[in-house]
Amino acid sequence: MIRNLTNRIILIVVVVALALWIDFSREITILNPVTDDTLFTQDVAPRLGLDLQGGLQVLLEADLPADAQIDPALMDIAREIVQQRTDALGVNENVIQVAGDRRIVGEFPGLEDTEAVLATIQQTGLLEFVDTGDFNPEEGSILATDYSPTGDPVEPPADGSTVYHTIMTGAELESVVVSQAALGAYGIDFVLKTDGSRIFAEHTSANTGKILTILLDKQVISAPVINDAITGGTGTISGNFTYESSNAFAIQLRYGSLPVPLKIVETRIIGPTLGADSLNKSLVAGLIGMTIVALFMIIYYRMPGIVAVLSILIYAIVAFAVFKWFHFTLTLAGIAGFLLSTGAALDANILIFERMKEELRNGRNIMQAVDQGWARAWPSIRDSNLSAILTSLILFWFGSTFGATIVKGFSLTLAVGVGISLFTAIYVTHTLLVIFLRSFKPKNLERWFGI
Amino acid sequence: MIDILSKRYYYFVFSLLVILPGLILLSTNGLPLSIDFTGGSLFEVQFEAGKTIETGDILSIYEDAGIDDAQITTTETGSLIIRSSFLTNEVRDEILTTLTETSGAEVSVIRFDSVGPSIGKQVASRAALAVGVAALGVIIYITLAFRKVENAFRYGVCAVIAMIHDVAVVFSVAGIGAVFFDWQMDALFLTALLTVIGFSVQDKVVVFDRIRENANLLRRLEYEKLVNHSIVQTLQRSINTQLMTVEFLLLALALFGGVTLQEFAVILLVGLLSGTYSSIFVAAPILVLWEKREWTTWFKRKEATA
Repeated sequence: MIRNLTNRIILIVVVVALALWIDFSREITILNPVTDDTLFTQDVAPRLGLDLQGGLQVLLEADLPADAQIDPALMDIAREIVQQRTDALGVNENVIQVAGDRRIVGEFPGLEDTEAVLATIQQTGLLEFVDTGDFNPEEGSILATDYSPTGDPVEPPADGSTVYHTIMTGAELESVVVSQAALGAYGIDFVLKTDGSRIFAEHTSANTGKILTILLDKQVISAPVINDAITGGTGTISGNFTYESSNAFAIQLRYGSLPVPLKIVETRIIGPTLGADSLNKSLVAGLIGMTIVALFMIIYYRMPGIVAVLSILIYAIVAFAVFKWFHFTLTLAGIAGFLLSTGAALDANILIFERMKEELRNGRNIMQAVDQGWARAWPSIRDSNLSAILTSLILFWFGSTFGATIVKGFSLTLAVGVGISLFTAIYVTHTLLVIFLRSFKPKNLERWFGI
Repeated sequence: MIDILSKRYYYFVFSLLVILPGLILLSTNGLPLSIDFTGGSLFEVQFEAGKTIETGDILSIYEDAGIDDAQITTTETGSLIIRSSFLTNEVRDEILTTLTETSGAEVSVIRFDSVGPSIGKQVASRAALAVGVAALGVIIYITLAFRKVENAFRYGVCAVIAMIHDVAVVFSVAGIGAVFFDWQMDALFLTALLTVIGFSVQDKVVVFDRIRENANLLRRLEYEKLVNHSIVQTLQRSINTQLMTVEFLLLALALFGGVTLQEFAVILLVGLLSGTYSSIFVAAPILVLWEKREWTTWFKRKEATA
């Protein structure tokens, strides 16, 4: 028996209203009624996956031996750097994620010029050796230099700050290794290419005692003093290095700013026409399928069938709102997962209705049958759906370690969909059915219940 | 009441008839693994109307780029799919430029997938692990959920045997599809397979749940009758859920859902059907067979007929 029917109705109406609000908005903003300040805002624009709008997906893997342990913190830094570099390209809504312990997956929706993105990801940071004279800049500060990759003269900054002269760039470095001059005293040995050796020899002979600042993407990473002229094309940067910091520095010199060298192990490009075609077709397919299923439910189960269809509609409204709120990316596999979870939602309804019919055949009155049907069907609905969620979670884990976003999207929509379907089957269908029964008081069971 | 269980050995034969042909095809032709698992690349391009290049020319463009295992197929929409070993982005750009120059018109890239060889192997081994973990999870879950029933462990094992049956059916379909429709096992195939596993278990739980309930209500009934009774009681639900709703949704997806999802939908369709079938005609009969220890009579019967 449902005791607090009014409360239930209020809850359902509130949930559906909220869900509809999210479904039809691109952004949710709640204003403070007194001051008109924004209290809360959430972006709920729908996100289409690469397979639906076209775009580029790359899987990057740490270019290190397979058995090498990689510090997760370094992978996070690498991910951030890739994100920053590609954001600078003006690509919108790209998603860069660490996948597993040695991979990073990058998705660039709606992108057609893939070469620029790939080049940007793989580029090494710009390393510059800059003459700062007697000025010893603070580590991490930003300096302006006169280096220009195109050869055009660099515009002096508007605020009139000093522009320093770049002697050479990281391109002149042949190799970089960590060395240990004495116990615990780490340094970085470098070998220069022929041109670099000449430039370096000239500069260091003329500027002994001055400071040679090393910049990475215009940011100071070290500012050593030139102790002696370096004429042989090899030199050592010494300072207060620990083993870790010298290693990190060497890696920066070698690969630019990426703390972990990355190589592209997988590229997927989906043209925009294929994407649009898939979206339209799968939406049409979903609609046709749902219509047939709705007709079947109504014809076979009569009044409970109508209730089930209403309940599934509410399910779809709520599920779509949840997907939008949590920024799920809608993919083809996701649509399939959603359809399957709709099947699971229907299954719960069917289990209950079949149980209800059995109780009616055993001579119970309608209200008793409804309550018994629910009580009896619940254990099998719970256990069967939990097992479906369990497998979805295993799938999700599998998908995340490999950046297999298609698998991830599918399992996530399936798991969340099945979860929501539990709510609608148990709560919404039950409540709606009781409302229907109370307002219509059907006498003819055969006609209303299809028994 | 319909007696379903007495003909159990016929169902086992039927299952074998469904499973064996596809598996034989698979074992003779090898698994049709896609580049998702083997590594390699797939390049789908569309030429402007009338500006198509001969396939021979494309092959030689690939050979000039150092790739000598390219294979070309034409799709229904007139685009070309070129499969080959792993292409780096540099080589792909080079090939695309040459294709554009040779055809003298814009060449549009519909799809490009390139998977390094090492990653494919890892995906395959991790997939096997995922299936193994899922099977173990199912046994543990069912044993726990049915802990109040006698021989709870049997239910878990029977669910897994039926699950293996469904996996075999899916592989059989994939094997037949590979021969007749040029299907390949890719990441989506794997997703379909794992979904079939998930829903197969879901279906077993519904039938087992009825046995669990009836075992308490009808204590004096013989085990075979009890199981049969439970199957018949859940039969209407199985038909309505699986045939009338889920299968219709998937059928719509297979018929109207576009090329990308077609193979996926068909495999799910057959797999989920098999999941329902195996609850009734595989898992439940094995429960009865186990209870009666029928294997002790298998060989005696042979002696009697000989």
